[in-house]
Amino acid sequence: MAEYRGPDAVPIRLEINGEIRVLHAEPRRTLLDALRFDLGLTGAKKVCDRGDCGACTVLLDGHAVYACLALAVACEGKKIETIEGGSPEVRSLEAAFLADDAYQCGYCTPGQIMALAGLLRREPRPNEEHVRAAVAGNLCRCGAYPNIVKAGVAAGGNGARRR
Amino acid sequence: MAGRTRVVKTRSEFEGRVSEELALVQGRDLRAWPADAELREVGRERPRVDGVQRVSGRARYNSDLVLPGMLHARVLRSPHPHARVTRIETKRAQSLPGVRAIVHRFNEADHFAEEVRFVGDHVAAVAAESEAVADDALRLIDVEYDVLPFVVDLEDAMKDRSRAKRDDAQSRGDVRKGFKDADAVVDVTYRTSTALHNCLEPHGCVAAWDGDRLTLYESTQALFDVRSGVAEKLKLDVGDVRVLCDFMGGGFGSKLGDGHYTVLAAVLARRTGRPVRLFLDRHEENLAAGNRSATVQRIRAGGTKDGRITALEHLAWSGTGTEDGWVAGATGPSSTVYDVPNVRTEQYLVLTDTGPFCAFRAPGYVEGTFALESAIDELAERLGVDPLAMRKKCYARRDPQGDRPFSLKRLDQCYARGAELIGWSKRKVGGTPARTSHLRRGLGMATQFWGSAGGPPAYATVHLNVDGTAVVRSGTQDIGSGTRTALAQIAAEELGLELGKIRVASGDTDAPYTPASGGSWTTPSTGPAVRLAAADARRQLFEVAAGLMEVRPTEIRFSNGHLVAGRGGRKITVRDVLERFKNYTVIGTGARHPNPSDLRLGSFGAQFADVEVDTRTGFVRVVKIVAVHQVGRVVNPRNARSQVEGGVLQGLGFALLEGRVLDLPSGHVLNANLEDYHLPTVKDAPDIVVEFIPDPDARSNNLGGIGLGEPPIIPTAGAIANAIANACGARVRTLPITPPRLLEALRR
Repeated sequence: MAEYRGPDAVPIRLEINGEIRVLHAEPRRTLLDALRFDLGLTGAKKVCDRGDCGACTVLLDGHAVYACLALAVACEGKKIETIEGGSPEVRSLEAAFLADDAYQCGYCTPGQIMALAGLLRREPRPNEEHVRAAVAGNLCRCGAYPNIVKAGVAAGGNGARRR
Repeated sequence: MAGRTRVVKTRSEFEGRVSEELALVQGRDLRAWPADAELREVGRERPRVDGVQRVSGRARYNSDLVLPGMLHARVLRSPHPHARVTRIETKRAQSLPGVRAIVHRFNEADHFAEEVRFVGDHVAAVAAESEAVADDALRLIDVEYDVLPFVVDLEDAMKDRSRAKRDDAQSRGDVRKGFKDADAVVDVTYRTSTALHNCLEPHGCVAAWDGDRLTLYESTQALFDVRSGVAEKLKLDVGDVRVLCDFMGGGFGSKLGDGHYTVLAAVLARRTGRPVRLFLDRHEENLAAGNRSATVQRIRAGGTKDGRITALEHLAWSGTGTEDGWVAGATGPSSTVYDVPNVRTEQYLVLTDTGPFCAFRAPGYVEGTFALESAIDELAERLGVDPLAMRKKCYARRDPQGDRPFSLKRLDQCYARGAELIGWSKRKVGGTPARTSHLRRGLGMATQFWGSAGGPPAYATVHLNVDGTAVVRSGTQDIGSGTRTALAQIAAEELGLELGKIRVASGDTDAPYTPASGGSWTTPSTGPAVRLAAADARRQLFEVAAGLMEVRPTEIRFSNGHLVAGRGGRKITVRDVLERFKNYTVIGTGARHPNPSDLRLGSFGAQFADVEVDTRTGFVRVVKIVAVHQVGRVVNPRNARSQVEGGVLQGLGFALLEGRVLDLPSGHVLNANLEDYHLPTVKDAPDIVVEFIPDPDARSNNLGGIGLGEPPIIPTAGAIANAIANACGARVRTLPITPPRLLEALRR
């Protein structure tokens, strides 16, 4: 944790998708708002802003976290990955989501994919149960769950890759 | 499009309401493709044409938009369900650094009411340099209220005659005689809870003025209704309002027009001379963004031992919230689904001091179908008849209310296929045992009818570029249903081009008019217009090609992406034709033709549920849902299956999980967040089997297919409730069927 700073805007240095980005924001700025409003990274979505829905999921040092529950200042010195980073896991998930039609409006999709990217880091060959557990905290109001489960398995090594 | 413009009469149904309107059309319509037509694109499974943007986080939703100099707005909301706003003091808020404008009823009287009518009604709005500062400012605004009497509970309000009014009544035959003829009569009351849409992208917009012209980047299902609504409220010409929505994060009926947020953003933007972003947060979404209102429904149904229903009476009371306007009737299914000789229905609107009702995916029919289908099962049980057999006995070959033939009805096939897929023949009265002694399994089913089939006016143009690519231009929005993909497939089919050569430029009120994406209207309204526009462009292309190939236009046909003249004749590409003319653009136009007036249009379906009930905890696990639907020709079966799965899951949420909880003494919503308001999660998702009856609905429109947005949510709750009753013998008549309610029913 950084030393006490604020209450006005302070410089915050973040490592995002392998790049160093510096922004000025109040210490109360969440990582999610910093991404969306200060850094132009709008893949992570603000749906509940209180850790209920998973739409803002990003990876922090390789673990899936809700960006709305992290303060930007507290993320200094950590590796932040967003969907825009296009890591190999993200790429294979995007392809599987397209192939399995694992989205409708697409608003929750970046969060679903980042939650599953976190899963693939620790479990490269997930089964259906792994996938269900990984996205259990990611709401999809369109109800794409059956296809999300298929795509999650297909993106790892266990999927019967149909296409 | 060749041909004169004509005025025609058209009969349409939108969200259960039938209207006769005038529409302008040009030329002649095309016939629907025959059932055995070999189509290259329509009816094929294609990934969504905008899928790459959606899965990569690059799709720009309007809630993602940041414009240069943009301010952020937040809304101060009433803590009282009913009060008069007597004074607003903004001095402290105004002096907060970063605050740029504050509006309320004393400086923008047109856009704030003197009386607030529900907890969450808008009282003031602040535009500031950041959302955080705007939020800070809200806390510094002092408001004085005269608190007024209120009623928030539907059943309390029903007791007050001044709050309930009859909205609709239908009848046929003589119900008294019908009940006299019955061997058994059930008289039961069902209740459904207020459901909140909770589309993940919140309601809101970014408003930007350019002189006297206003541009709204709004998350909406109805661009043109936002345009007309805002133009009226701000006294602008519709031509001076442009509404744009490229990607949209769900609406489910709650974004069918402008909202207070639209107007307030526009007003704040005008005052400050800067673009203003106003999107609701999740708490506000659960207070002030519409709902599927609670219902109380009393059904009396009488039948004979041979399984016929002799009389049906359905009385429904639905809360409107404060908008004393409309409510989607719950009694529609009772007068239209079955061939019952004696029917009486009455629908009442009940005014409550709560957030306003608005359309929510098949409004009224979801609630009404749950009650009707539950009552039929209760009657069948009383009579000792198989519930599916009873429904088949009452099969309506013609529209029982309007006495017209249906354009297509394959409900019998939906029943047969669904019964086969769920294993209906193994269903036992009283359910079947499951893995352990406290678990019971059961099967249930329900019927779906929905009369929405689209209609005019809807327009499109198709532009052919010199390189053989095409642009479909049509105002319509893609709310996640795959509209863009379907329109691209239709155009590609008619133009003989590959799907990748088509771009759909939509989501813009400066493009040709199309109706709202509600009422399952989008594809069957806009699709036929796109097909006509593409056919018109193709005709012009063939005329140009005929000159080059020295043949008559009628001798040219498409084959594998080439224009072929005559049998085994010359082959050229679209590019070969158009590249000779620098920047020559072929422009085809199309307008949706009217619906046939002598037929009842609509979709049918049946869903079957297999559930497991834990009799110790009251917990229900939906094991499997079989959904068989008839909507005519399906443009993209993969997207269509996804839409059915989504409808089933929302139906499951309505059946088992969802319901707004109000604190009756204060009128506050106690579960206005996604932790306490339970949306279905991946762990609630059962195995869902989806099938479509393949027959085209050839007389509905030139696609031979109608909309699918709403049908799949309609029968789910009824099928689940019936399966639960079959499994454990306990009939829960109140949705959602929570463990406490089921345990209570089990104890009875």
